[in-house]
Amino acid sequence: MNYKQLVNKPQKLAPGHRSCAGCGFPPIVRTVLASTDSPIVASCATGCLEVTTTIYPFTSWKIPFIHSAFENSAATISGVEAAYKALKRSGKIPKDKEIKFVAFGGDGGTFDIGLQSLSGALERGHDFVYVLYDNEAYMNTGIQRSSGTPMGASTTTAPAGKVHQGKEEWKKDMAKIAVAHNIPYVAQASVHNPIDLSMKAEKAFSTKGPAFLIVFQPCQTGWKYPMEKTMEIAKLAVESKFWPLYEVENGKYKLNYKPSKNVPIEEYLKPQGRYKHLFRPDNKQIIEKIQQHVNEEWEKLVNLCRD
Amino acid sequence: MNKEMPLTGAQSVAHAMRQINPDVVAAFPITPQTDIMMNFAKFHSDGKVDTELVRVESEHSAMSCCVGASAAGARAMTATASAGLALMWEILGVASGSRLPIAMAVVNRALSSPINIHCDHSDSMGCRDHGWIQIYNETNQEAYESVFLAVKLAEKVMLPCMICLDGFITSHGVQNVTLHDDKQMKGFVRDYEPKKWLLNTDDPHTVGPLELQDYYFETQKQRADAMIQAKEEYLKIGKELARITGNEYPLFEEYQMDDAEAVVIVMNSTAGNTKAVIDKMRKDGKKVGLLKPRLFRPFPYKEIAEALKHKKYTAVLDRSESYGANAPLYAEIKSALYEADSKPKLKSYIFGLGGRNILEPDIEKVYDELLSGKFDHLETGYIGLRGE
Repeated sequence: MNYKQLVNKPQKLAPGHRSCAGCGFPPIVRTVLASTDSPIVASCATGCLEVTTTIYPFTSWKIPFIHSAFENSAATISGVEAAYKALKRSGKIPKDKEIKFVAFGGDGGTFDIGLQSLSGALERGHDFVYVLYDNEAYMNTGIQRSSGTPMGASTTTAPAGKVHQGKEEWKKDMAKIAVAHNIPYVAQASVHNPIDLSMKAEKAFSTKGPAFLIVFQPCQTGWKYPMEKTMEIAKLAVESKFWPLYEVENGKYKLNYKPSKNVPIEEYLKPQGRYKHLFRPDNKQIIEKIQQHVNEEWEKLVNLCRD
Repeated sequence: MNKEMPLTGAQSVAHAMRQINPDVVAAFPITPQTDIMMNFAKFHSDGKVDTELVRVESEHSAMSCCVGASAAGARAMTATASAGLALMWEILGVASGSRLPIAMAVVNRALSSPINIHCDHSDSMGCRDHGWIQIYNETNQEAYESVFLAVKLAEKVMLPCMICLDGFITSHGVQNVTLHDDKQMKGFVRDYEPKKWLLNTDDPHTVGPLELQDYYFETQKQRADAMIQAKEEYLKIGKELARITGNEYPLFEEYQMDDAEAVVIVMNSTAGNTKAVIDKMRKDGKKVGLLKPRLFRPFPYKEIAEALKHKKYTAVLDRSESYGANAPLYAEIKSALYEADSKPKLKSYIFGLGGRNILEPDIEKVYDELLSGKFDHLETGYIGLRGE
């Protein structure tokens, strides 16, 4: 799909929702939903996306939508998808009617509290797409650390202080966890590149069985940068190799984008208030550690893609 | 064709599920519920049902899956016990708050800690304020028939319903059960026809939205009203079911109550032992009776107060504790009697926690104590507790 086709698709998430200015998930949701022409049913974890789009008596969802709880977006869509199979069998849904299923969750609801429900649904092989919008912390409750928070970022439950310098552990590699379920399709995408995201969402929807998309989504409130810089920061994450764009089809890795020049990690970290403390002279070694980690992970990924 | 056969309670429930042939069933094992799902899975494997059987990874996901399926427009069922029910707790509220008519068998079992696999009612009592209709069952026959009633009632008032039966005692105990004709039972429950369903993609709607101060309160009032409405509907649907089964589905069963002076109130399997004690004591000319609540949520306050108003002495036997408060059933009975002009002297007993046996002499002792009139009604009695 090209940009023109993408913007001319029917809008399935209406404007007028209450997400922050500069928030990344509306374009993610719109792009994903635009990437299939089949009727689609969505489930959503409790979080920013859910609470800003469904404030009763309004809803931004022009498609059937269900929110059940924080940790069960995947289990909920399992039930919806199971109902689809059953009702097709009993003839309540026409045999030739194809419906697609998508579950949305943030990093907390996916990496952490919802991991079990997601793992169960992937293992059972339900035919659905899970979309993780990864803004790297519990943003809806006020920027608390999640296991998706990168090392060195300051959050309200792992704040930078005199002794501790923000989160002290590496970000959980969620894509690898998904890949380990031997599902047919896993991909990492980013909000700033809707064509790549749309291509991946299209593939995910056309895959029989579970597909998993992780979409990088800067959060201006939590990451502390000016609201107009969301796309720029997402792009920097990809250019600095912090957030590689790749996909894993039936276990086969493929790198989708190779930055043409070396962008040091500082360039990505610097515009973000959550990393401000790292730029103190005494924290220089943390940035070095992050750079080293990024390099190592990139090498590993490149090797996987070569195999 | 009706068929009488020896079945465990778990098998009876599984047979009801087979006859209903739900669209979606979520299954996760937990003792002593597991036998229900094992039996149902066999029906599924043998092609006796064409249910979509989802073997989830936890009870939390079992209820989440039922929520998704029910909202999608399917008839959804599951079964659980004890810790499994506790793990579902959050989603139980989602089910009732979203007005989803899910039916679930609860095989009553003690809660941890310490871990214990045997019967008491602390699991279902723990979620009694969660907007689920609760039907308690003495026998395998009752449990079997209640499944049909539950499904239909839930769909009528759009609230989920649990069918409670005693762990091991009912779930694993064998009794002769009359299985009613498949076609007749299918005809009784009919197809589920939701007004709004997610898979009706031409009419999209949002389930489970955020409601703030401006709407949440009204939603809860609607849920409360639906629960009140469930009492009348239970009776109506029970009458309809009675035409097929020949059995009755009262709010509570009364046994030898007409002239009873001393009444025991107890739910589920223990009511059976109590009836045996009554039969024996009646032969000795003692005026003893039983009131066995079947519908616990919604609770029939007025009707129970009416049934008890001329009784002299009443004991409420609870199979669960409410630490630092009146035991759950006792609290309801006491509350029911508050407005009554005439009321019995009431005493609370706790029994059977963690599967501790309750024997006929224990129940006889309760009646003797009541009939003597010499009991401290303010003190909770503990039946069969060592050291008492």
